[in-house]
Amino acid sequence: MAKRAAPEVNAGSMADIAFLLLIFFLVTTTIETDSGINRKLPPMEESDEDVIIKQKNIFTVLLNGKDQLLVEDDIMELKDLRKAAREFLDNGGDGSCTYCKGKKDPSSSDNPDKAIISLKNERETSYKTYIAVQNELVAAYNELRDARAEALYGKPFTEMEANYKDVNWPGNKDKLKEKIDQIKVDYPQKLSEVQ
Amino acid sequence: MSKFNKKKSGDMPAVNTASLPDIVFMLLFFFMVATVMRQNTLKIANNLPFADQVEKLDKKDLVMYIYAGQPSQNYKQYGTEARIQLNDDFASVKDIAAFIAQERASKREELIPFLTTALKVDGDANMGLIGDIKQELRKVNALKLNYTTKKGSVFGRD
Repeated sequence: MAKRAAPEVNAGSMADIAFLLLIFFLVTTTIETDSGINRKLPPMEESDEDVIIKQKNIFTVLLNGKDQLLVEDDIMELKDLRKAAREFLDNGGDGSCTYCKGKKDPSSSDNPDKAIISLKNERETSYKTYIAVQNELVAAYNELRDARAEALYGKPFTEMEANYKDVNWPGNKDKLKEKIDQIKVDYPQKLSEVQ
Repeated sequence: MSKFNKKKSGDMPAVNTASLPDIVFMLLFFFMVATVMRQNTLKIANNLPFADQVEKLDKKDLVMYIYAGQPSQNYKQYGTEARIQLNDDFASVKDIAAFIAQERASKREELIPFLTTALKVDGDANMGLIGDIKQELRKVNALKLNYTTKKGSVFGRD
């Protein structure tokens, strides 16, 4: 019997099939946006004793139903909020904060540990504006923490946090955690929301 | 002599396309791996607001999603006021507690403290609804919250 080679399978249409699948996956792919501003809600149980906080240590931000801002009893534009919050937090009025670069104005906050930002919004406030305000306040904290981390460890705080979360980061995570906690002690994020 | 003039001169050889399927398959596998199928069909408008101080939400299996926004074009009979959507259907504020309980039951016990609630809310919704959701979440002690946003400046692109 003569030896015959098996006939070759025609693979010309394989590309077409692959293209079909490719286009299907291209169309159905949604690159998910799963990033956002993290917040922690206060627990439900109310403590009985009232904590007395000096008025000068509270930075009140009011958002009304028409998305207008009232900061410390003055109307303010959104773009000025970050700077105002920074000045308030970094004031260091009682002199106990050695790293604060603020004006040391006695009528503003005592130190970053005591300074509290209070945010109140109306039911009619739009979510977009609320997020914008939250973003600016978080940004104020982040800028201060960045500056502090830069002075202490020569690296911005946000980068340190990103490294801490990164699984592939080669450095010592325990040490990094200590540094991050130190910064968080120096500038604690005290943002309270009024219901 | 015919052995030597088999090839006709001046004729362009055809481009070899044998490796084309390989290239296409490579792309195909990339997209197959990168694709995340949507878990929920949205019945609401969901145009997320912008923010730039964002943190990434990793561990997707530890996230509970609550959507809210104005009912979309096909569901106009539900009105124009922003509504909550849980899983695949409209829900009211009262359903959130049950939803959280159900999500918790479906996770392993030791993971429950790490569960985060992601609020995917349309930028035009009003804060009254969000306040109600937050109050409801506090009642069931689901305190870790994430306002999902798009990355971008809060000032521009309005």
